Amino acid sequence: MKLKYILAGAASIAAISSASFAAEKITVVSWGGAYTKSQVEAYHKPYIAKTGNQIVSEDYNGGLAEIKAQVEAGNVTWDLVDVEYSDAVRGCDEGLLEPIDASILPAGADGTPATDDFIEGAITDCAVANIVWSTIFAYDTSKTSGVTGIADFFDLEKFPGKRGLRKNPKANLEMALMGDGVPAAEVYDMLSTDEGVDRAFAKLDSIKDSVVWWEAGAQPPQLLADGEVVMTTAYNGRIFNAAAGEGQPFEVNWDGQILDFDLWVIPKGAPNKETAMDFLVFSTETEQLANQASWIAYGPARKSSGSLVGLYSDGKTEMAQHMPTAADNLGNALVNDFEFWADNQDELNERFAAWLAQ
Amino acid sequence: MSDVSPTGPMLAADGTPLKKKLAQALFLSRVRAFGLVAPLLLFILASFIVPIMTLLWQGVHNNTYEKYMPQSTAVLAEWDAVSAPTEEMYAALVADLVTARETRDIGKVATRVNREKSGTRSLFTSSARSAAKMETPFREALIDKDEDWADIEVWQAMKIASLSLTPAFYAAAVDYTYNADGSFEPAEENRQIYVFLFLKTFAVSLAVTVCCFLLGYPVAYLLSTLPMRTSNLLMILVLLPFWTSLLVRTTAWIAMLQSQGVLNDIFVTIGLTSDDQRFSLIYNMTGTIIAMTHILLPFMILPLYSVMRGISPSYVRAAKSLGATNWTAFWRVYFPATIPGIGAGALLVFILSIGYYITPALVGGQDGQLISNFIADHMQKTLNWSLAAALGGLLLASVLILYWIYDKIVGIDNMKLG
Repeated sequence: MKLKYILAGAASIAAISSASFAAEKITVVSWGGAYTKSQVEAYHKPYIAKTGNQIVSEDYNGGLAEIKAQVEAGNVTWDLVDVEYSDAVRGCDEGLLEPIDASILPAGADGTPATDDFIEGAITDCAVANIVWSTIFAYDTSKTSGVTGIADFFDLEKFPGKRGLRKNPKANLEMALMGDGVPAAEVYDMLSTDEGVDRAFAKLDSIKDSVVWWEAGAQPPQLLADGEVVMTTAYNGRIFNAAAGEGQPFEVNWDGQILDFDLWVIPKGAPNKETAMDFLVFSTETEQLANQASWIAYGPARKSSGSLVGLYSDGKTEMAQHMPTAADNLGNALVNDFEFWADNQDELNERFAAWLAQ
Repeated sequence: MSDVSPTGPMLAADGTPLKKKLAQALFLSRVRAFGLVAPLLLFILASFIVPIMTLLWQGVHNNTYEKYMPQSTAVLAEWDAVSAPTEEMYAALVADLVTARETRDIGKVATRVNREKSGTRSLFTSSARSAAKMETPFREALIDKDEDWADIEVWQAMKIASLSLTPAFYAAAVDYTYNADGSFEPAEENRQIYVFLFLKTFAVSLAVTVCCFLLGYPVAYLLSTLPMRTSNLLMILVLLPFWTSLLVRTTAWIAMLQSQGVLNDIFVTIGLTSDDQRFSLIYNMTGTIIAMTHILLPFMILPLYSVMRGISPSYVRAAKSLGATNWTAFWRVYFPATIPGIGAGALLVFILSIGYYITPALVGGQDGQLISNFIADHMQKTLNWSLAAALGGLLLASVLILYWIYDKIVGIDNMKLG
């Protein structure tokens, strides 16, 4: 008898608590480190304060493999994922992502409709961009000085020492061509020909013996700090955080930078799709995007956020000049061509791997 | 017993023949035994055999094209892969493009064909976007949209993709291309990579096995000859790293070996090298072999130790009392007795290193990568699971062959794991 009452009591408590806390819990997946921190500060915390919903933050290392595995097994646990452009397009093509209706995105703070407010290409069928990031090269000013541009990165005579490069043909082939004197506007035309690819590999070959390869975004600042490399390619935000946040004497050289988007996508069959969509809309509003720039040096994907970008979280560094999209930094800049990579990555990956193993 | 007639069968107390009764009892106990094993058997089937088989099946079977482009598949099957594509083929293609676009499956098809011929992905996705508005003649309509549709190589790539049961992935896994006419030819020279990687993987595994043996044998000998108390204490030193996370041990090696690391600092301090010419000990083959040897060492020491413990010291003493030198006693008497342990240790270390993944990925740099890293790459990044399955299938086959050779030479019954 007693047990029955206890059970009934427990059941009613459970019923009450689930009714009064109807808040949802969504799983948001991103790249970890300083980047996830910037999202937690600028998106997650205000969203939790506003709606009472809970957000579980998970880290991953990019790529579609986990999303593909979850969708194909019919056991999707992620609600919202921060992906690279080529993955957003490919995932959409392969039916792994929920389509997103761009009309639900609110107008910018200055009243510009969302489709005009976002930088061109920032909204696709299945994804909405939040930031613009960039692959740049950086060096330690206490050990190296007089660097003028991307050509110096490939010049072992003028600047002897090891170079850090990402172990992936993406960005390296483009930078190799720019380092060889090809203007940014002609890079992809040239890479579409066999001679262009040969030329890029030949340029990489000229520094191959001095290269330290990195894979995770956190590695390049570490390689610089350890003195393992003299110069390294890196994501601009990581170098900025090491410089402004940890006081490392690192400097970014914007010549030959390669701009790219990071985008939010919702895996097909996400358990809390509605809430995820709600969070996606909230986080890509003008104010949230501008706030994120206070935590990491990635440019907001909305034009209306640009003027609101303020100081770094240390309260003294002006962020505007550290944005990849700042006018001064766009002198010789290349926008990553996802279409080129989606078409050619199989072949170039194999060739790159074969070249590495030689 | 006395009531049994000498000609009739022996009967049990209830009158049934004893033989039948016995069979019943045995059957019951067999069912019970099987019932006890069944959960494990089911578990292994469901979590091991079935997934492996499914994955291996993917290496020869990829029906993406056939599934989403049925009409085109049917006409491609009739095509001889040499003559110019007919209007009928173009019409079937357009019809399939329209449906695949509506069901959002066009990307899967495009990715599949793109694996056979780079650059065809955008050809498919962009043509599918405008396919619904196309009118006859479809040949002109498609070529008008993109002149690549006149390229016979695109059609040959589609024909290869349309064959669901295909040797193309296994061919690719050994650096060959499978052509639409059914022939094989070596892949372009600057894209050949997998045969080289398989050979390198075997070479590294062999080197690691030899290193483990050279380092592990004396340690195991020492452990087996010391008094139990001391050897147990030392055994903990062998087991402690064994119980430590693989990741921790690998990263510890990075801290030790990197050019600004502990070891290089010591070399500079004692004057073995100068500050600007530090040794490259990591992010290359050396680093991979050092770290893997350390991590796999216990797998060599433990079987050796258990075999050596069982060898009576009186054998060597007897040999010496018969006039053998130290070396002869060791080489002719002691060493042969340890061969089962060496076999077990070497086989364990070798097979584990063939499939080793995390350590080469972290410390391998550009030339310390092994075949498993590429399998992981195809699983995680390029999403070419069929090629990953083919590479994995070859790896599995080579392990089985090695096991078979081992059985022929040493005999698997001689193996002693502990």
